[in-house]
Amino acid sequence: MAARPLLRVEDLQLHYRTRRGIARAVDGVSFDIRANEALVVLGESGCGKSSLAKALLRILPRNVHSFRGQVMLGDTDVMALGDEAFRRDVQWTRVAMVMQAAMNALNPVVRVGEQVAEPLRVHAGWSRERARERVVRTFEQVGVATDFLQRYPFELSGGMRQRVVLAMALVTEPELVILDEPTSALDVLTQASIMNVLKRIKREQGTSFMLITHDVATSSEIADRVALMYAGQMVEVADADAFFHEPAHPYSQMLMASVPRLRQQTEPAPIPGQPPELIEPPAGCRFADRCPRRFDRCAREPEPLRVGERHHVRCWLHAGSGGAGGGGRA
Amino acid sequence: MSTERAASAESTSPLVSVRDLRTWFELRQWGFLRVGSVRAVDGVSFDLGRGESVAFVGESGCGKSSLARTLLGLHRPTGGEVSFDGYRVQDLAGRDLQWYRASVGYVQQDPYGALPPFMDVRRILAEPLVVHGVTDRAERERRIRRALEEVRLGPGDAILDQFPHMLSGGQQQRVVIARALVLEPAMIIADEPVSMLDASVRVEILNLLRRIQSERSLTLAFITHDLSTVRHYADRIFVMYAGRIVEQAQVDELLEHPQHPYTQALLAAIADVDAANARRVRDVPAGEPPSLLHPPPGCRFHPRCPHAMAGTCDVRDPGMFEPRRDHLSACWLHER
Repeated sequence: MAARPLLRVEDLQLHYRTRRGIARAVDGVSFDIRANEALVVLGESGCGKSSLAKALLRILPRNVHSFRGQVMLGDTDVMALGDEAFRRDVQWTRVAMVMQAAMNALNPVVRVGEQVAEPLRVHAGWSRERARERVVRTFEQVGVATDFLQRYPFELSGGMRQRVVLAMALVTEPELVILDEPTSALDVLTQASIMNVLKRIKREQGTSFMLITHDVATSSEIADRVALMYAGQMVEVADADAFFHEPAHPYSQMLMASVPRLRQQTEPAPIPGQPPELIEPPAGCRFADRCPRRFDRCAREPEPLRVGERHHVRCWLHAGSGGAGGGGRA
Repeated sequence: MSTERAASAESTSPLVSVRDLRTWFELRQWGFLRVGSVRAVDGVSFDLGRGESVAFVGESGCGKSSLARTLLGLHRPTGGEVSFDGYRVQDLAGRDLQWYRASVGYVQQDPYGALPPFMDVRRILAEPLVVHGVTDRAERERRIRRALEEVRLGPGDAILDQFPHMLSGGQQQRVVIARALVLEPAMIIADEPVSMLDASVRVEILNLLRRIQSERSLTLAFITHDLSTVRHYADRIFVMYAGRIVEQAQVDELLEHPQHPYTQALLAAIADVDAANARRVRDVPAGEPPSLLHPPPGCRFHPRCPHAMAGTCDVRDPGMFEPRRDHLSACWLHER
């Protein structure tokens, strides 16, 4: 019997109302994350990856048009919870998040130690004294000296502030931490040391991670699993080994070929064209007009097809037999 | 005038020659109390050849953008000198200064921020020509179309009437590049030209810059924090740390035989995509780059350096050594 997933998401949908029409930011996304597993959600800007994170943590803007699907966190049916119950039982206590550019959103007039204690005090209802001890321990875990507790954000460097924000997400000891572009504003060496912190916490605490990024190289620093998003959908979900070394979807293959390699002479190849609009995306496969391998079947929208153990691809090339004309095989 | 000048210079001499360049920013409190100087660029020397493509690589705060802006004449150097085509840039004034500005094109980091939102593409591209005295409308139109074709936005008029917000990030950056080209410069300085763009567009823009550079035999100076892109887009690399150049060499030589401990640390921190990365903890030197207001004495990397030698590295400034042929490193380890 396979391990039961910590988080299981089925057919999640988050559409926004805009002046020009309905934007399908998250449009039928399914995946799971097991305990102590790191899933990297990879995608270019505007593919819906940040909306996916916000949907999971229910941090929604006002112009939501529809928000539905199934989200199971352990035995909890998250979508069935009311807002109050969600805030008390899930948000920050079981699932925490480091938002994009959060290190620039720290309160400038509150000492960082107090800011890190806030999730414990607000969401878990701890006293100041009880929270303090946990905050000290969390600071040690993320590699910030405890005398920084009394400092203000402006006294800290970017790397230190990012660690503080990370401590804020970890302080409640959540089962799942969602990180939205946690290193994209940081320097190479700082990036590497933040990734080291994440790896260590994953190993020592057994925490699960969902890391959202556009950077393929960074994603490989932590991924057990990779989900590639395109125009609101996951086009491929696979184990890191399979994804990085034998990607199945044409977009995955082209994305991997576009990454400049420091230690290889192979030239990176650009992906021609642009992603479609999330408002009225094309019928059929959304990647079809950039795809060098499209064929007549791509006019119909592909469902996620299973191509291996925990490996799904939204592409007709993998439909195998049974389809009209037998379909093409990769 | 510019053609006379170009013809007068020796074609074998370097186009740009920088000697002991310093760009410091004075820091004041309450507007008058001198607190000290931020030494953004602090004793930098190099030559750039004609038609050469180079990259200045370093982390934020290492002075690479201040260096670019000093070369562009946007900051006045505190000391040292910059020569362009044999002329001392600090001495240029009036028409000569205008000639210099026309000779050096600038590609900014954030294309959307670099383009005025209320101008259409035609006006954006015409502006530098008007400023630099190209009064003939037909000539302006000819140059605009040529630049657009070079950046693969033409032919056709559709693009000329568009405003920046109507364009994708990649198209915006092409317009920025076209604007840098209309004055037919001898050199282009590109400050993080692709860091705001998506992965799939980055390669397109980098390929475009490289093609333009080789077709026009331009001197191209990339400013970047991303070592992994430079291999394919530059001939020579300068690695900067805390306001100084710490290492320089041809690209392959530098990437394959890094000499300076900082460069070595930088390279060790960069992963090439591999699923095994997730199971590896990377060696990262502790600490952070020093304050440019109070840089440490001696070698500026010594507080973080695993090879630091007490009594040497924390006392004396290393000069440039040549541990391998045509490969310079500012590190006492290479003293002979």
